[in-house]
Amino acid sequence: MHAEARKLVTIVTESALERRLVNDLRRLGAHGYTISDARGEGSRGVRNAGWEASSNIRVEVVCDDATAEAIAGHLRTNYYDHYAMILYFSDIGVLRPEKF
Amino acid sequence: MIPLDPIVLFFLLGLLAGLGRSDLRLPSAIYEFLSVILLLAIGLKGGVELAQQSVTALLPQMAAVIVMGLVLPLAAYPVLRALGRLARADAASIAAHYGSVSVGTYAVAVAWLVSREISFEEYMPLLLVLLEMPAIVVGILLARGISAGTDWKALTHEVFLGKSIVLLGGGLLIGWAAGPTALEPVGGMFFGLFHGVLALFLLEMGLVAAGQISSLRRHGLFLVAFGIIFPLFGAAVGGGLGWLLGLSTGGTMLLAVLAASASYIAVPAAMRLALPEANPTLSLTAALGVTFPFNILVGLPLYYQWATLLHRLGG
Repeated sequence: MHAEARKLVTIVTESALERRLVNDLRRLGAHGYTISDARGEGSRGVRNAGWEASSNIRVEVVCDDATAEAIAGHLRTNYYDHYAMILYFSDIGVLRPEKF
Repeated sequence: MIPLDPIVLFFLLGLLAGLGRSDLRLPSAIYEFLSVILLLAIGLKGGVELAQQSVTALLPQMAAVIVMGLVLPLAAYPVLRALGRLARADAASIAAHYGSVSVGTYAVAVAWLVSREISFEEYMPLLLVLLEMPAIVVGILLARGISAGTDWKALTHEVFLGKSIVLLGGGLLIGWAAGPTALEPVGGMFFGLFHGVLALFLLEMGLVAAGQISSLRRHGLFLVAFGIIFPLFGAAVGGGLGWLLGLSTGGTMLLAVLAASASYIAVPAAMRLALPEANPTLSLTAALGVTFPFNILVGLPLYYQWATLLHRLGG
């Protein structure tokens, strides 16, 4: 089975940002995304999703290297300073490269 | 002696469970559901009553309340800057929280009045909706000034289509359009369950408040003092305004409660997007860790006495 190499970009951040983030991802060339609710703890304290202000989301985007770079750059300049946000990449293989 | 309100006891249970690090936790979907029912119920109640009022007769009250929503954050800001030595964005954000209102506190105040069979102007939810927004605008202007690049279009969308405004405003409109008789079939859900839903909601609020109290240690005495004294000032202003507007004693108390309460649904979401550099922990700690418990546990009877006093002195 041949798999094409792609990047999986995973972003964990405040759910307040969801709408804005989705617009950014679309604009930066992501073909799709998956969002799930998340909770956890980090440098900005416990985010236990008990209510609006402490809820987190995990956004996953499968894309090519260039788009992944663009997303990372954009988020770093616009959100890292003031929002609870982490972002990491994984190398993954996909079967239908035209989708991503 | 009047026995303690069960709703307040539910809040205390949540608070103690949270402080004791119990594993009690309401799923966030349940919290969402409870707040949807509360917001709609409050809106519907107000709307039904609104249908029997002439809206033009209410215009002076509406205008006065909006002015109060603009003035309260302007009063809070210099205090936060000068006495609290807070950064501009933090002070502006907290001012916006305190200028706006807490629907949860309002709901508890209504339950408090209902259980004592004290009447009040049932169209108060209209004033509640109007009070949510002005402080947000003032907060952003205080932090940014008029010229700078706030994305007002996105923000307007966020504020007007935020959950609390949509549900409160929508409830008002539905109640107003449908009237009391047509609403009866759905009334069981919204009015019959109101007190039970409120009790569960307060259980969750207790848990949330306990989480905020733990961050109080880091942010110190000023926030505690502000979170108690500013609501007292707000209640004095709101009560005075209610009396001037000719509201009943119950209505005067409710306007005092609205002015004393600090938002924790609409404003935090708006501030997070409009003033990202403002530390949300500060405003939420004050609003939820100090002011919400204070208003529920100590404030309500005080504000009622204030309303009674105003009416006795003023005739």
